[in-house]
Amino acid sequence: MIRENHRGFKFDWVTIVLFLLLVGFGYLNILSASHVGEVTNYFDTSELYGKQLVFLGLTFVLIIFILSFEAKFYERFASIIYLVAILSLIGLFIFGKDVNGARSWYGIGSMTIQPSEFAKFATALAVAKYISDLQTNMTTLKDQVRVAAIIFIPALLILLQNDAGSTIVYLAFFFVFYREGLQQVYLVIALSLIILAVLGLKFGVLITVLVVVTVLTFVYFFRKKKRGSILQYVAALIVAIAFSYGIKLFYEHGLKTHQQNRISLWLRLEKDPAKLERMKKEEAYNLIQSEQAISSGRITGKGFLQGTRTTGKFVPEQETDYIFSTVGEEWGFIGTSFVVIIFVVLIVRILYLAESQKSQFSRVYGYGVASILFVHFTINIGMVMGLIPTVGIPLPFFSYGGSGLWGFTILLFIFVKLDSNKINEW
Amino acid sequence: MRKLLLLTSVILVGLVFIARLFYLQVYDNTVYNIFEDNAIRKEYNYPKRGYVYDRNGKLLVANQPSYDVMVIPREVKPLDSLEIKEFCSLLKITREDYDKKLDRATRYSPRLPSPFVPQLSKKDYAVLQEKMRKYDGFYIQKRSLRSYQTNIGANVLGDLGEVNRKTIQNDPYYSLGDLIGKQGIEKTYEKTLRGVKGIKFIQKDRFNKNIGPFKEGKLDTLPQAGKDVTITIDSELQAYGELLMTNKHGGIIAIEPSSGEILAMVTGPSYNPNLLVGRDRSKNFTKLYNDSIAKPLFDRGLQAMYPPGSPFKTLNALIALQEGVVTPEERFSCALGYRYGNRKMGCHHHISPVNMNIGIYESCNSYFANVYRRIMDKYDSPAEGMDNWSKHIKSFGLGNYLNNDLAVGQPGKVPSAETYNRGYGKNRWYTTFTLSNSIGQGEVLATPIQLANMAAAIGNRGYYYTPHIIKNIEGDTIPEAFRTPKYTTIDKRHFEPVVQGMYDVYNKGTARSLQVKGIEISGKTGTAENFAIIDSVKTQLTDHSIFVAFAPKDNPKIAIAVFVENGYFGSRFAGKMASLMIEYYIKGEITRKDLENFVLRYSLEHEYEKPYLDEPFGINRQTKLDPIEEEEFQNLLKLKAEIPKS
Repeated sequence: MIRENHRGFKFDWVTIVLFLLLVGFGYLNILSASHVGEVTNYFDTSELYGKQLVFLGLTFVLIIFILSFEAKFYERFASIIYLVAILSLIGLFIFGKDVNGARSWYGIGSMTIQPSEFAKFATALAVAKYISDLQTNMTTLKDQVRVAAIIFIPALLILLQNDAGSTIVYLAFFFVFYREGLQQVYLVIALSLIILAVLGLKFGVLITVLVVVTVLTFVYFFRKKKRGSILQYVAALIVAIAFSYGIKLFYEHGLKTHQQNRISLWLRLEKDPAKLERMKKEEAYNLIQSEQAISSGRITGKGFLQGTRTTGKFVPEQETDYIFSTVGEEWGFIGTSFVVIIFVVLIVRILYLAESQKSQFSRVYGYGVASILFVHFTINIGMVMGLIPTVGIPLPFFSYGGSGLWGFTILLFIFVKLDSNKINEW
Repeated sequence: MRKLLLLTSVILVGLVFIARLFYLQVYDNTVYNIFEDNAIRKEYNYPKRGYVYDRNGKLLVANQPSYDVMVIPREVKPLDSLEIKEFCSLLKITREDYDKKLDRATRYSPRLPSPFVPQLSKKDYAVLQEKMRKYDGFYIQKRSLRSYQTNIGANVLGDLGEVNRKTIQNDPYYSLGDLIGKQGIEKTYEKTLRGVKGIKFIQKDRFNKNIGPFKEGKLDTLPQAGKDVTITIDSELQAYGELLMTNKHGGIIAIEPSSGEILAMVTGPSYNPNLLVGRDRSKNFTKLYNDSIAKPLFDRGLQAMYPPGSPFKTLNALIALQEGVVTPEERFSCALGYRYGNRKMGCHHHISPVNMNIGIYESCNSYFANVYRRIMDKYDSPAEGMDNWSKHIKSFGLGNYLNNDLAVGQPGKVPSAETYNRGYGKNRWYTTFTLSNSIGQGEVLATPIQLANMAAAIGNRGYYYTPHIIKNIEGDTIPEAFRTPKYTTIDKRHFEPVVQGMYDVYNKGTARSLQVKGIEISGKTGTAENFAIIDSVKTQLTDHSIFVAFAPKDNPKIAIAVFVENGYFGSRFAGKMASLMIEYYIKGEITRKDLENFVLRYSLEHEYEKPYLDEPFGINRQTKLDPIEEEEFQNLLKLKAEIPKS
């Protein structure tokens, strides 16, 4: 292949081109979503699009910086990088700045930095480092607990800072663990719990129990050889009932009102028209506006800078979490499916490269990158189109913001560097 | 296998997303329409509606500004009761009205503007304008209303009303609250008069604030002013006609035969066009609409179909000459009627035997019964004869819509063989069955405008122009159809004896008392039997008085038909009114004061009340003339003196 024959081009250019397409197209949409009136100066840093251009410029400096390190550096210093990230998260409790109720930012002059965006790649490095250790065996409970702790610590810190959305992202590492040998039963349990939770909330505990009993009975009679003790089934049933109740209690008392309402809207639990009407103006407002913006773009879109709802700022936070609605309105179905396809191709490309790595560290890290991008992609675009409940996390490379852009760039380009090094590893 | 979990998840999610996007952006195929986009505010700029002038250049209809309070329900910010109270008092409505109006607007559409309180006075507008900013979702739309410069011609000029929802659905030009021509010339020349409204697209933000023109105003349009029109009506003659029609029901149509231009189009009773302008329009309209006895909204000149009576005889004379079945000199005897089988069609006392000339000026029924039978019997079967006759009659514009530029009309009725085949069975009828057609009773029905047009065709000796109301459109031409003569099936040479007969109606016939010095008038009286259904019983009422004329006899300047309901014989009311109209138009003054005094002094209101009085009443011979109060009469004379001269 090209990159093996020419030492100067040893980086995976497919990944780099996909990255460039995303940040380039992302910038155009941020320009659209944030401009007011005529754009006279693209470098005007008092405007969001101007700032984003500066962030983009610095990104390229950052890339050169990342690629110039030895590949071994990242493996060797993974633990230290992780430690720094955790410290920076802890530091938020003392030096952090509240924005929108979340204590996720450091303020340095007029700049703000969100350490949780950098904690992702640090955690991915730490996980890769731990799993690739020769002593580690992911099928043992001991290692499972330890590796879970690695992701649990940053996740908990972020949750405590009131940024539930970013916490959810750490679930991405499940894909990594599963790939590296976590038992099948965890997958079954995880899926069962998700189904139980949705069933319990949507249809109530009673119906859920009925469904569980039916399923267990089927399983019992179809697994003639390995059906095991009947007590196991009873235990499973009890756990299922307890879980459904637990979820219900958690939904009613453990969640904040706005979180409750988001789930209620998604599962269409609220029947009271007056409350629904109020929700339409509050929790669902963003979603309704964003869906309208997307669908008003039709096939070809209204054209760059021509979106009426984008120009009118109808979708709040359109340049950050809701940036995809700009794509929908101005570039239409052609633009949105282009973005979806680029993301899918990028993630699949990373997976393909990860699988072809010779070192386990690189492979696990690559998997971590793909998983994190996948979760962001799924949650963000799913939320903007109303497929999943509202969770405020950015669309990688697209959403406005320096920390996010740099966090994802570092995440991706460490992998690009690791990948470029694989011919040297025998 | 473990490698596949994330890979399949990624591809699955990608597919689900594209499917969802397809559903949102492609499948759901409501086309993007800027008018539906609530991110874009549409501001309308209404052009000046075209003025209307009469044939002498007198301004009849102009404009006045009007201010509508409009509402876009979804943009209305909840107001506290104190604010609502203040708003209501500014608008001069009650709290209940406020809720009701808002509710109605919301039901129509929460997104589109609806009129909230239409047509504010200038004073209310001035006060409100200052405070309007406080009430989100409400705004003031400037429009222009009509301002009538005259009290006459309501049926000619028509009026403007709010466009209804059905029209909006069929014609996207209109939006709720727009005004559209509802009657008269406003309706037929709506597109010419209204112009094209201008529109400004303004980008809003989500707080409903304007943030600038949409696409730098590239899609904005400027209003195009409506075109002024000149109509064929002579407003002086119209005013005089309306005056003569006071206290009577009926219609007068006057046409210029050389062009088909309608000089006057009177219906009685009428109303003041100013009633249908402004905030009281719907109240006044309902009142007029519900008056089921006088029916002021019913244009009797255009819509009332009556049996034409004796004037119709002139057509039978013309057809007989064209068909060559009689000569003008041929005489028929008349012994107080025409006998056929054991039946008789009565006639009045006059000299006998009669030729065509006497037949016309004495209006002899026997003569026309004979002539009619000759026309029919020329052909082998009654059906053939009937169809041939019918074709001649229709060539005078009877029995069908005139296809002109008036908002309303009726086709009238001219029977054909088919009519009688349906009634009696195929070929099971004879000429005697249809004999009433010879004297304009039978199955023939015509509107006054059709009779006036018939008079014009006779005056022109064989052709007519479709009677029309448009004389001139600013920067445009009038339709070709109004400038092309339509020829009747009668050759020119056959007209002279008939015209002479009609002239002799004035010289020695039924209208000799109606002569006007210095004007040679050809005319024909008519009297049509009048039946009405009263309490589901067919009852005969006093005859309708009819008169058809044109003058001067050669190269006529005016052709006229007058119809006065329950006026009794032709010369009693209709004839006098026709003579007066002709004199007024040609001379510009009235010398026959006696005729004028008679017409103005006597009311027919008592005749129209008879069927509703619940007591026996006499008709025709038993009817008496009913003079109006002297004071009212003096008032009418004063009104006449006040008709503005051009």
